[in-house]
Amino acid sequence: MQDYLFYIFSALTLLCGALIILSRNPINSAMFLVLSIASMAGLFVLLHAFFLAAVQVLVYAGAVMVLFLFVIMLLDLKVEQRRRINAFGAVTGLLAVGVIVWVMVTTMLGTSLPAVTEVLRHEGGTEPLGTLLFHQYVLPFEILSVLLLVAMVGAILLSKKDLK
Amino acid sequence: MSPVGPHHYLIVSGLLFSLGLLGVIMRRNLLVIYMCLELMLNAANLALVALSHFNGKLDGQIMVFFIITVAAAEVAVGLALIVALYRKRQTAHVEDLTSLKF
Amino acid sequence: MEDHFIENLGWVALLLPLLSAVAITLGGPFGARRAAAKISIGAVALSFVASLILFLYLHLTGQPALAETSFPWLIIGKYGELNNLQFNLGLQLDTLSLVMMLVVTGVGLLIHIYSQGYLAGDPGYSRYFACLSLFTFSMLGIVLADNFLMMFIFWELVGISSYLLIGFWYHKPAAADACKKAFITNRIGDFGFLLGILLVWSVLGSVGFASLKLEAAHPNHFGPVATIAGLLIFCGAMGKSAQFPLHVWLPDAMEGPTPVSALIHAATMVAAGVYMLCRVYFLLSFPGSQALEIIGWIGGFTALLAALIAVQQNDIKRILAYSTLSQLGYMVMAVGSHGPTAAMYHLTTHAFFKALLFLGAGAVIHAMHHEQDIWQMGGLRKKLPVTFWTFLTGTLALCGVPFFSGFYSKDSILAQALKNGSYGLFIIGVLVAALTTFYMARLALVVFWGSARSSAAEHPHEAPGVMLWPLRILAVPSVIGGLLFIEATFEHFFAGGHGEAGTITWAEQLLEPLNASPAAALSGIFAIMVGGAFAGALYWKAASDPLPLRLGWFARAMRNRFYFDELYERVLIPATHELWSRIAQAIDRWIIGGLAVRGASGATEFAGRALRLVQSGSLQTYAFLLVAGVAAVIYCLLAR
Repeated sequence: MQDYLFYIFSALTLLCGALIILSRNPINSAMFLVLSIASMAGLFVLLHAFFLAAVQVLVYAGAVMVLFLFVIMLLDLKVEQRRRINAFGAVTGLLAVGVIVWVMVTTMLGTSLPAVTEVLRHEGGTEPLGTLLFHQYVLPFEILSVLLLVAMVGAILLSKKDLK
Repeated sequence: MSPVGPHHYLIVSGLLFSLGLLGVIMRRNLLVIYMCLELMLNAANLALVALSHFNGKLDGQIMVFFIITVAAAEVAVGLALIVALYRKRQTAHVEDLTSLKF
Repeated sequence: MEDHFIENLGWVALLLPLLSAVAITLGGPFGARRAAAKISIGAVALSFVASLILFLYLHLTGQPALAETSFPWLIIGKYGELNNLQFNLGLQLDTLSLVMMLVVTGVGLLIHIYSQGYLAGDPGYSRYFACLSLFTFSMLGIVLADNFLMMFIFWELVGISSYLLIGFWYHKPAAADACKKAFITNRIGDFGFLLGILLVWSVLGSVGFASLKLEAAHPNHFGPVATIAGLLIFCGAMGKSAQFPLHVWLPDAMEGPTPVSALIHAATMVAAGVYMLCRVYFLLSFPGSQALEIIGWIGGFTALLAALIAVQQNDIKRILAYSTLSQLGYMVMAVGSHGPTAAMYHLTTHAFFKALLFLGAGAVIHAMHHEQDIWQMGGLRKKLPVTFWTFLTGTLALCGVPFFSGFYSKDSILAQALKNGSYGLFIIGVLVAALTTFYMARLALVVFWGSARSSAAEHPHEAPGVMLWPLRILAVPSVIGGLLFIEATFEHFFAGGHGEAGTITWAEQLLEPLNASPAAALSGIFAIMVGGAFAGALYWKAASDPLPLRLGWFARAMRNRFYFDELYERVLIPATHELWSRIAQAIDRWIIGGLAVRGASGATEFAGRALRLVQSGSLQTYAFLLVAGVAAVIYCLLAR
């Protein structure tokens, strides 16, 4: 059952990922990104990362995508949507990415990874994650808060009308 | 069909990453490129969560937590930059944005 | 102990003037500036004493030459190996060099003393003596050098110090031009000299005179290039001794102070060329070499040409300069007719009487408030008695009046030419002797007899004692120079130390020319009489020069130095200039400008243009390049 769910979710994720690139309208791209992220949250659930799945949906599919859509609407990008994908970029991009995919896949297949047999007791729930976060990773966590503050200040500054 | 293992997740993650990369190279709309970047970040997240699960450790998930936070900050700043750029140049296409100074 | 003392004495004599030059130059703040003359004179005097000791030692012990003292100076390759290239610095202490040293230091000493009076009050007083000391050092270096390389080094040093001395009054444009002219003309000769040295070195494998002498004993080695090597070496002498066609610098060099003219352009520097020819005579006289014949004719031509020019000069120093040229031509002619003995003999006596004449001319100029035109003088006989009598002595010696020193040395040359069968050169020699008497008599008659032709000539003032005493002292060897057995000494030397020397008495010596070669002596005396008679007829109490009227264009040509300067200036120098400027311009335009400058900028620009294509500013290109790079890195890290 879980295996079927994995294949469904991963297929959905990849399909939506491909559609992000292929759709011409940025709004469509954004919507497919939401879908892709949501199906990835499904994969997270399959991996017992329940808290992260929730965060993924809340932060990405909610906040970030709203921001994206907001900007798209704000910029009114209807004119540009007609521009075609250029052939040179497609060929070279496919070539380069193909090389990377090939290298990665062959490497992964040639590597022995932890066995599947061990059933995990860890639940990616709020409590163990919170315990870990506020004990071992408390300093990076605090630093992250500063990063968010800086990002906020930067965003506000950049959004001011006259940049100096 | 073999049981789903770390390889499966990693291959999905790799493919997703490559899709994001392809989008960055092929697309010209800054916003779409940005979305593709988010896609690449998420591919990394997937790989981290999968390895965390199969290794029986939660540190990978903490890392993902951090990545999501950084991505949020990045999106905020990046979009602000795009908006500011658009105000100056009335375009969000990389072909029109080839000079460093304007 | 004694040997070491004697050996080192040569170095002492050589280095003392250098020490003096350095002391005067560097010791300015410590009072050396005021004591410049005394330091310089002291150094030369000590050198003279050292040379005298060396000469007497050599003479009394009867050795042909003192043991050479030399040390390696420049070694290319490993020391002691067979194929290495080693240059030594060493002193050649034999009769030839020591007599020359005595002349240089002796005449030099008197000229130093004279200069003290002549240049009193000159702002460049100490600089003058520093240069003079440097010159003495260089000249002694040439005389004492025991190999070609060392000689060439000092050769160039003489060139530069003469440059400094001719251009001593560098604020005068004429002096500045003259010193440049002298230096550049000498450089042309030196270039040939250097080529000659290299040729000799490449053929015989040595530059040391002693080893060359041994090497040259094998005719096979040197035979084929003997003529060309001899002529190239002669090029050096041509520059220094101002032989045709490089004679043009010497008259202009008279722009220097008169004592300098006396020292450099009468007694020493110009004699260096002749000395060098005598030093390497064994190379020139190599069997089968045609060099000597050509050298002899160039010398004869120079002698005749200069004598003709001197006839129509009006500047007292220029007359003497051309006379020097003429006499140098005589000496070179003597070398050319296989007579180095005669050449050195005449060189020695000439050094005495020509220095005397120049110093006398200096005294006259001094008395005339730096007026040099002889037609502004006249009647100075009574007003400048000492100058007159000494100058007259020099004149008679130069003309070769019997029983003065010039008579013996000049006769020696004529006899040598006759003995050698060079009748052409002999006739030229006699002709030049007549012309010499003519122009010297003209000079003396115009300057010292007749009536004063200008106000300055009416109230001249005799030079101070410090200037007159050198004149008196120089007058002595000018008179008795023929009786000092100089010829015998040289003959002894050039015969390789085998001949009998000093066996004749003074009385025999007195009449020796008439005994040895009556034809030469009589024709010489005849030439003097003819020249003197013509001069007396023309210039006795003459108010102006009558010759231009009688000879017309020929006199004009003589006066204008046969237009050699004009020829060089209008034709040779512009042509050379044009040629080199074109070559230099081509190099500048095509190699430096085209290849180096524009090539560098072009390469940079091309690289920039090529690399600019990568920096398009297009995000996609950057992303692609980034991905390609990442792919390469991943491939290298993982897939290998």
